[in-house]
Amino acid sequence: MSVDSPGIIVERAFPAAARDALRDSQLRRNIGKATNTIRAKRKAVVAEMPDWQDLRDAGYAIKRDTLRHLDRHLLALEASVTAAGGTVHWARDGEEANRMVGDILAGHQAKEVLKIKSLTTDEIGLNGALSARGIEPIETDLAEVIVQKGHDRSSHILVPAIHRNRAEIREIFKRELPDTEHLTDEPRDLADAARRYLRQKFLTVPYAISGANFAVAETGSVAIFESEGNGRMCLTLPRVLISIMGIEKVIPRWADMSAFLQLLPRSSTAERMNPYNSVWSGTRAGEGPEEFHLVLLDNGRSDVLADEPARDTLNCIRCSACLNICPVYERTGGRAYGSTYPGPIGAILTPQMNAPPSPADSLPFASSLCGACYEVCPVKIDIPRILVHLRGKVVAARGAKTALDGEALVMAAMARVFENPRLYALAHKAAAIGQVPFIRDGAIKSLPGPLAGWTAMRDLTPIAKQSFREWWKARDR
Amino acid sequence: MKVSLFISCFNDMLFPQTGRAVVSVLERLGHEVAFPLEQTCCGQMHNNSGYGPEATALMRRFADVFADAETIVCPSSSCVVTVRVAYPRLAAATGDQQLIARIADLGARTFEFAEFLVKKLGIEDVGAYYPHRVTYHSTCNSLRGLGLGDAATRLLSHVRGLDFVELPRADECCGFGGTFAIKNADTSIAMLTDKLAAIRGTQAEICTAVDNSCLMHIAGGLSRERSGRRTLHLAEILASVEGGVAA
Repeated sequence: MSVDSPGIIVERAFPAAARDALRDSQLRRNIGKATNTIRAKRKAVVAEMPDWQDLRDAGYAIKRDTLRHLDRHLLALEASVTAAGGTVHWARDGEEANRMVGDILAGHQAKEVLKIKSLTTDEIGLNGALSARGIEPIETDLAEVIVQKGHDRSSHILVPAIHRNRAEIREIFKRELPDTEHLTDEPRDLADAARRYLRQKFLTVPYAISGANFAVAETGSVAIFESEGNGRMCLTLPRVLISIMGIEKVIPRWADMSAFLQLLPRSSTAERMNPYNSVWSGTRAGEGPEEFHLVLLDNGRSDVLADEPARDTLNCIRCSACLNICPVYERTGGRAYGSTYPGPIGAILTPQMNAPPSPADSLPFASSLCGACYEVCPVKIDIPRILVHLRGKVVAARGAKTALDGEALVMAAMARVFENPRLYALAHKAAAIGQVPFIRDGAIKSLPGPLAGWTAMRDLTPIAKQSFREWWKARDR
Repeated sequence: MKVSLFISCFNDMLFPQTGRAVVSVLERLGHEVAFPLEQTCCGQMHNNSGYGPEATALMRRFADVFADAETIVCPSSSCVVTVRVAYPRLAAATGDQQLIARIADLGARTFEFAEFLVKKLGIEDVGAYYPHRVTYHSTCNSLRGLGLGDAATRLLSHVRGLDFVELPRADECCGFGGTFAIKNADTSIAMLTDKLAAIRGTQAEICTAVDNSCLMHIAGGLSRERSGRRTLHLAEILASVEGGVAA
């Protein structure tokens, strides 16, 4: 996967990518340790809130009502941002957004631009597009610096370098950052090296790009919640600020922010509040950027909105609680999902942003439907339900393409058998006989074909000689 | 009470002993058990795999077969979740108001076995005797789909002779997930490996649960380990009395 291409283009099916990830014991240890730590912390800070379930309901209600009248709220946002001295741009897709941002920067003859950690810019491959125009994007979030300087891709929404340990980070910094000959792998030393590099950039580059956690239609305010303060440097020092947000990030009223200010930090970093909460509304003379642009990005979101059973996907506030709780993510890590958006949310969001047929079609199946993601989601996205809905779309699209699909044939045959109790009883007899060559010591230890995956590491229970219904009939007599 | 047993296709063919245990416990408690022979499968596998139309047909069939049943009991939480949670969505998608109403009524009459005993009947002690060290895996569907809570462990706490030991991270998925175990076999096995280690750590002889599907997956791994540990459906523990299994 090219590090410069849009982050939602999935190049390999999940099972194959997961197989490689599962072989990497270092990766598995790093991710297991990190997710278990943050999971325990999140549980503790959520338990402090007696009204957590009410807050979830409130967050869900705000999102649902906003999405129902999204057009109205976006127009209101445009009006208030414009009134506050900003400029609003509407981008249908990533290519259009990248061109708009590139044009603004090129108009200023910018050679470098600071960047606040932003999933949306990763989704559209903004860094690659800017580099191609001779504008160098400079990531300022510590983890994003590690990813960018490692010529790597992020593996977690919130902790992009979760797959790296400090020894690996030291090697990357020594190779890429100035004055690092004597760098140790002590976290403090590593942070200092990044800080020296970033300070110099903050003080010399007058352009910055951010994403947005929320934008308030009523006031035209855009908000970023962060932990390190690098974002705040980018929001206040540069002369020109460009913010890019997915259209679903709008909320109607200033007051709506209160629910998310409580839900987001506890769900994501397991903090009671983010250390830095920055809100800006347009421009103000003598304070902050002189020029402010807001790019409203669709990039497939309207289609998600139109698909009612999947619509709640757009509730997502990118907190990453679902990644940290997910047993599949914990074993495979984020890059197995092949997208900016990994884990359970990625398994529903990414396939909706890729036209089928695509390797992304494997993502709705990359879940055991255990439901832990739904349980922790602060905005109550019923991810398992949406996974099943998307599976249905994949199956329907495949069915239309080829009538000779092995799984579809098996499923259809089984449905016919289950429709008819006589056939069902016959199938039991046939299977009980058919399995005989495979039984060793009362268990099935090896099977051919698509079932070989089961018996690779697990025995299979043989079909019983006497089914329950046969026992019942014999007993009834 | 007259109880209609929905055995589930999976239990019918692979774990008939679980069905016999359910009958044994219910009859011991004085209930009359009916078994509609026309029953087959609830359609869970079709629904979860994205075969909605097939699942809808099986739902209609299930509703017909159990149309006259007063109370339906099933020793599989994932099948009960299919009836209670997935069916209303399938019915809603048809737009058929009569079907929607029938399905809502069906869900209200359908119970998982442990749920039926503890929440519907208010019974925690079924007079069982099982002198073994046992740990309990709370399957995802019973935990999150049904909200079974501690119903199963309450039942276990009243089994005489039973030495209960809590399973660390019991609420984490074992990696079964139906066709997930085959489509994503490598990931499924990675999840199972950690579950097996947790079970080993308890020193329990038996790992029990209310879903034979998850238990089959866990048992498949335990069997490869040759540890002597095995799995057993909760109903079979509850059916055990002094002198052996009553069923």
